[in-house]
Amino acid sequence: MGKKKINLVGLKGWLYLLPAILFLGCFMVYPLIDVFVYSFEEGYNSASQTYFGIGLYNYSYVLHDPYFLQAVKNTFLLVIITVPLSTGIALLISVGLSSIKPLRNLFQTVYFLPYVTNTLAVGLVFMILFKKTAYSDGLINLLIHCFGGSSVDFIDGPYWAKMFVLCLYTIWVVMPFKILILTSALSSVNEVYYNAAKVDGTSKFRTFMRITLPMISPMLFYLIITGFIGAFKAYSDAVALFGTDLNAAKMNTIVGYVYDMLYGNSGGYPSYASAAAIILFVIILTITCINLLISKKNVHY
Amino acid sequence: MEVVLQNLTKKFPGRDKKKHEDVIAVNDFNFTIPDGKLIGLLGPSGCGKSTTLNLISGLQKPTAGKIFFGDDDVTDLPPENRGIGLVFQNYALYPHLTVKQNILFPLQNLKGKDKLTKEEMLEKALAVAKLVQIDELMDRKPGELSGGQQQRVAIARALVKMPRVLLLDEPLSNLDARLRLQTREEIRRIQRETKITTIFVTHDQEEAMSISDLIVVMKDGVVHQIGKPQEVYDNPVNLFVAKFLGTPPINVFSGRVKDQELYIGEDAVLKVMGASDQEVYVGIRPEGFRLKEDGPLCCELRGVEVMGRDSSVISGNKASLNPAVRSIISADSRVNTAQKEVRFSLVPQKVFLFHKKTEKRIDFEAEEEQ
Amino acid sequence: MENTVDYEKIERDAKIRQRVMSIITYVLLGMWAVVVLFPFYWMLLTSVKSYSEYNSEYIPKFFTLSPTFQNYVDAFTAVPLGRYFLNTILFTVITTAIMLVVITLAAFAFARLEFRGKNFAFLIFLSLMMIPNELVIITNFVTITNLNMRNTFPGLILPSVTSVFYIYLLKENFEQIPDSMYYAAKVDGTSDLKYLLKVMIPIARPTLITITILKVIECWNSYVWPRLITDDENYYLVSNGIQEIRENGFGRENIPAMMAAVVVISLPLIVLFLIFRNKVMEGVSRGGTKG
Repeated sequence: MGKKKINLVGLKGWLYLLPAILFLGCFMVYPLIDVFVYSFEEGYNSASQTYFGIGLYNYSYVLHDPYFLQAVKNTFLLVIITVPLSTGIALLISVGLSSIKPLRNLFQTVYFLPYVTNTLAVGLVFMILFKKTAYSDGLINLLIHCFGGSSVDFIDGPYWAKMFVLCLYTIWVVMPFKILILTSALSSVNEVYYNAAKVDGTSKFRTFMRITLPMISPMLFYLIITGFIGAFKAYSDAVALFGTDLNAAKMNTIVGYVYDMLYGNSGGYPSYASAAAIILFVIILTITCINLLISKKNVHY
Repeated sequence: MEVVLQNLTKKFPGRDKKKHEDVIAVNDFNFTIPDGKLIGLLGPSGCGKSTTLNLISGLQKPTAGKIFFGDDDVTDLPPENRGIGLVFQNYALYPHLTVKQNILFPLQNLKGKDKLTKEEMLEKALAVAKLVQIDELMDRKPGELSGGQQQRVAIARALVKMPRVLLLDEPLSNLDARLRLQTREEIRRIQRETKITTIFVTHDQEEAMSISDLIVVMKDGVVHQIGKPQEVYDNPVNLFVAKFLGTPPINVFSGRVKDQELYIGEDAVLKVMGASDQEVYVGIRPEGFRLKEDGPLCCELRGVEVMGRDSSVISGNKASLNPAVRSIISADSRVNTAQKEVRFSLVPQKVFLFHKKTEKRIDFEAEEEQ
Repeated sequence: MENTVDYEKIERDAKIRQRVMSIITYVLLGMWAVVVLFPFYWMLLTSVKSYSEYNSEYIPKFFTLSPTFQNYVDAFTAVPLGRYFLNTILFTVITTAIMLVVITLAAFAFARLEFRGKNFAFLIFLSLMMIPNELVIITNFVTITNLNMRNTFPGLILPSVTSVFYIYLLKENFEQIPDSMYYAAKVDGTSDLKYLLKVMIPIARPTLITITILKVIECWNSYVWPRLITDDENYYLVSNGIQEIRENGFGRENIPAMMAAVVVISLPLIVLFLIFRNKVMEGVSRGGTKG
């Protein structure tokens, strides 16, 4: 009798978990295993679902594909430019926000707006601001004219111009989250430390460097790590600006390459897509580990 | 450094926006703190003692009044230019810096002609660490120290600049009972050695009494009495001060004066010359009772607690405003616990009369005891 | 006396420096506010300019004297924006609803019920939190294609109805409810399910609202999965819709009409945010990164 009861209680727990397990099993655990299988199956044909053999050919193909190399280059550039810039600007803005009282709530609300907007939709606005058409040079180009520069087509023009817009838009999109996290980290630093520093005659700059920064360093590193991960996975920002054919625009990202391999005009190669996705995650994992190692030395918990 | 507080007042805007009534944290505080003394600011929580400390430190600006350090008017000066050392209630040690870095921190802020070389800084830090006896902990982080050690580091950090005035905010409240005894002696010793004018805030009267040269008793933003601890204890100006000082606390009765006699209940307990006829509060220190078989004050005996040297007799009296009357007598005088009643005579110096309305002290001359 | 003069100077300098710092701060913050708000202003402005007005302005004007709502009419008639809208609402509501049920049940099991293998199961769940979406989306695409569920709502919805992170968040919240309440309910003969519905869910309501808001934002803006799984306009969500409009709609050059569509798509979430400002910001700081 007793034993039976325990069994029943045990079953009940699993019953409550069942929907979650089913969904996760189908759409997370199985695909996770499968993606590795795909990446090693050579010459997979999605129509007949057959393959020739097992090996590293998919990886080698991807690594020699100029489109992939272009995507890797774009992604790394994007990461290296946007992560430090956005974190730095967000820190500056958050410190400014924390030091004022009037209008603070208004500023916070405004700064958060990009978070709740559709990336694709606002990307379109950025595009028309920067695009040069037959009718108009676009607003930004007119500004450049005002300062005596010559106009550039940021959307269909030279590589650096396109990269500039992409970075700008990426920063615009990721700022709300960073500002939010940093302002709450700053406000959680106990006032008493600032008072202590004040009594000791510590200058504002030194207080910031020696007290504020170390105290918010865990949050700062969290932002840098998530920032790296997010930037490596960039995709929809690029689509929003340059359209779906990113390879043609030479603006593809690694994630974009994965999707293009999977679907669309150049699609139908889940094996290549899988190999590219795994390469991406090896990169992300490595960078994250390096970040964690650095943070262990510099972050004060 | 002599510290002068002149008509010092601090008001905070009231929380209730409709009433617009300001909360007065410190009201018209006048006091000259003599050079090189240890001063205890004492009072129940919310009495304005911490605000007073913050005003002296410059972390808050007074609504009215002036503060002088010696001849310098420092009222509008920011804290860093006042030359003070401040020890915070929870120490405010920077958790990410070692003890040494914490102590060096204020020195590294010095600029211009005050700037020190690295060696000078280290020397100073080591000297002050030796003074507070933490020189062996220099490379630890605050999180690895006990409460008492953290307290010492905080004092060292405040002292390293050789401040003109040292301020301590509830310095002992975060320590356990045993460390408290030890640390307060330590603070006394450090103050004696450095001879820096030191002001500390506490709500614990025993702490203030035991180490201060002078105590300032505050309540609701108003200073009630200033004096040497023993003087204040022996001559409280009003009922609040009398009740606030002393452990066990003073026994309070309601009584009345009639024809130069003090009555508690129906018992005429003491001759009080010079006091006019009126209803009064009677405060009697626990040590103001003497066991006497035909003594005038009759109480209902409840129990006796023997505590080594002394015994305390717990009894009840209808006129008592405390739930029980507690009197301390020498352990030699035995009380028969089988008795229902106990009778006392009173020591006139330990008996205080207070006006029923104003609660101010009423002076009287006692007849010499036979 | 010399000292006093010195002090006054110190005080004056400090005040001036403070004033300057605060002006610089406001200018800086104001500049960023302009950077954030300008695209919104521009899309509103452009959306009320007429097609001919917009195209005749070689130098775009920063205001318009003859606002028109024709673009908004076009947005709903010339392209099936209403359709995209309806699809997105359907997708968002159904996905969020199913997810809430699934995660509540799972969180309840982890927080309240005792069963064999619970700790092990939770460990597995936690480790799944590390798995990025990009890694599993490939197989999911193949799975949904093979099941012939492309261009169907189930195909759109099913892969995104569980979130390990939200299960974790909710479980933490459930665990704060004291055990004594559960035992009291047991003594009164309350069943587990009834206890969950009548006690735990009401107590955990703030967290559930937070999760709902985050999920709604996520659904409304989701682009990648819908793009992979739909190529029939009838199943497009707004993100895909806007991409479609950009590439094929309005004869490609009718920018004012595009902007009208962008405004219509952006508005619901902005309104939601302005109403639940604190909830949204609190929720995001507890557990949201974009994307």
